[in-house]
Amino acid sequence: MDAIEVKDLSKSFEGLKAVDSVSFSVHTSEIFGFLGPNGAGKTTTVRMLTGVIKPDSGEARVMGRDIESETKRVKEVLGVLPETANAYPDLTAWGNLMLIASLYGIPRREGERRATTLLKEFGIYERRSSKVKGFSKGMKQRLMLSMALVSDPEVLFLDEPTSGLDVQSARAIRQRIKELQEESKTVFLTSHNMQEVGELCDRVGIINKGKMVTVDSPEHLRTRIGGSVAVEVRLDRAVDLSRLDFKVERAGDTYRIYTTEPHDVIRAIVGFATLNGLKILSLNVQPPSLEDVFVKLTGGSNGQ
Amino acid sequence: MGSKIWAIARKDIQMYYFKGPVVIFGVLFPLFLFLAFYIGRNLPAAFLIPGLVAMTIFFTSTSVSPVIMPWETQMRTLERLISCPVTVRTLIVGDILASFIFGTCISAVPVAVGVALGVSVKSPVILAIAVILAAFCFSALGLLFSAPPTSLVSNIMMLSTFVKFPVIFISGIFIPVDQMPGWGVAVASLSPLTYFTDLARYAIQGYAYYPLYADFAALFVYAALFLFLAVRLHERALPKRF
Ligand SMILES: Nc1ncnc2c1ncn2[C@@H]1O[C@H](COP(=O)(O)OP(=O)(O)O)[C@@H](O)[C@H]1O
Ligand SMILES: [Mg+2]
Repeated sequence: MDAIEVKDLSKSFEGLKAVDSVSFSVHTSEIFGFLGPNGAGKTTTVRMLTGVIKPDSGEARVMGRDIESETKRVKEVLGVLPETANAYPDLTAWGNLMLIASLYGIPRREGERRATTLLKEFGIYERRSSKVKGFSKGMKQRLMLSMALVSDPEVLFLDEPTSGLDVQSARAIRQRIKELQEESKTVFLTSHNMQEVGELCDRVGIINKGKMVTVDSPEHLRTRIGGSVAVEVRLDRAVDLSRLDFKVERAGDTYRIYTTEPHDVIRAIVGFATLNGLKILSLNVQPPSLEDVFVKLTGGSNGQ
Repeated sequence: MGSKIWAIARKDIQMYYFKGPVVIFGVLFPLFLFLAFYIGRNLPAAFLIPGLVAMTIFFTSTSVSPVIMPWETQMRTLERLISCPVTVRTLIVGDILASFIFGTCISAVPVAVGVALGVSVKSPVILAIAVILAAFCFSALGLLFSAPPTSLVSNIMMLSTFVKFPVIFISGIFIPVDQMPGWGVAVASLSPLTYFTDLARYAIQGYAYYPLYADFAALFVYAALFLFLAVRLHERALPKRF
């Protein structure tokens, strides 16, 4: 059984198809990246899968439970870090965690034990008795992640968890996401950050204008876009490489040539260097970045 | 279920009891209204106290519950809350409970003032049951005010004041129902507050306009109706709040 199964899920807002017949599945214990430009329909998808809003049509199951007919049972197995939600500003960090723990029906003692562990782990234990309204954005987000984890859920929905955070908080959150996989949790992660997705995710689904574009592993995605790679070369003198029959980009002292035939390019460069008495300082072949893939598949609108 | 309701109510108590609009509309407002009515008129305390209790319970019980939903919409705390395994019914009942506790506790103040002024409560049990039923009924009414999915607390407070003000004047607080003209009695019978005021007069002054069972039945029916409507309307409004 897959942890999340989605079939033809759709949702419109006043005639705008925010999510348009989306289908995919997420395997158990996998980190699944959900990538798409702003307004692509990521948050709407997360909200439907977490039982916050109802889909117009289609169906989905989380851990085998139907999101419409078994909404409450779905909510019991998942933890959520919504994109735009806040903790209660006039409650303390501790109060917020205990509220969530009670709403999941966790006995008080057990809730307190988990809250202590989580707050220590995220470096906010010393501030547990302070009201959340005094917290920095990074601290608030670490608290929100603690709140998502306090019920020890099997599936986690993290909607842009590191967006707009300081480097340290973002790193702490990324680190924790990696550990979740070791604990056999399933993670559904939406993100803008290609590097983050490439680094963390086993598979990536790309959504654009409400439609699913593709689902694949980051490695496959990189090799899939026309098989094009970048050959990068640095020479000891500035020269006009455009005499070669390739399209050359120059960035600083590095020349970059995009090609589907790296073999031919490298031979031509080596021949050219030998002929002109140039010294090759470095030469390497770069697979396309996830960003290249993303831009190509979504028509160039990253939305950042 | 019970512990989830209590968790919601406790959150509400910590978040909302000391919010500006709650203190203004729930405590200061009935106090000033009462003073405005009382000062310069020579009325016996036994007549005034039931009216004061009625006004207090009506304003306090309807002051916490309408604030919660618009405020949470604005602060964006609702999405996290309803991602938890709780139903809208649990949320609503928790909100009503917080409002109910506020209403009953503050309503004890005018009763205590009355006793201090030498007014005797002839039927304390009737008064206690009436307070409990009325606080629940008006807390649920307060949640009806907040059914429009807005994030503006001030709009909801304006709406609720528009409804609450006339109710105070038609519910036998300033003019007892038995002194009203026929059309006045007809209008008064529509207001749930009329039945509480009647019970309070019975418990303190010793006589009521309606039979006791009719007062209790009316309060109970209104409470059930408001609760039912509050759950229905908020279930529909909730997805529009984020
Ligand atoms: N509650 C709503 N009411 C109206 N339109 C909405 C609502 N939520 C989302 N949308 C619209 O649906 C589209 C998808 O939004 P969203 O799911 O938030 O995208 P993403 O999370 O990928 O940025 C956007 O065009 C957005 O404006
Ligand atoms: Mg989003």
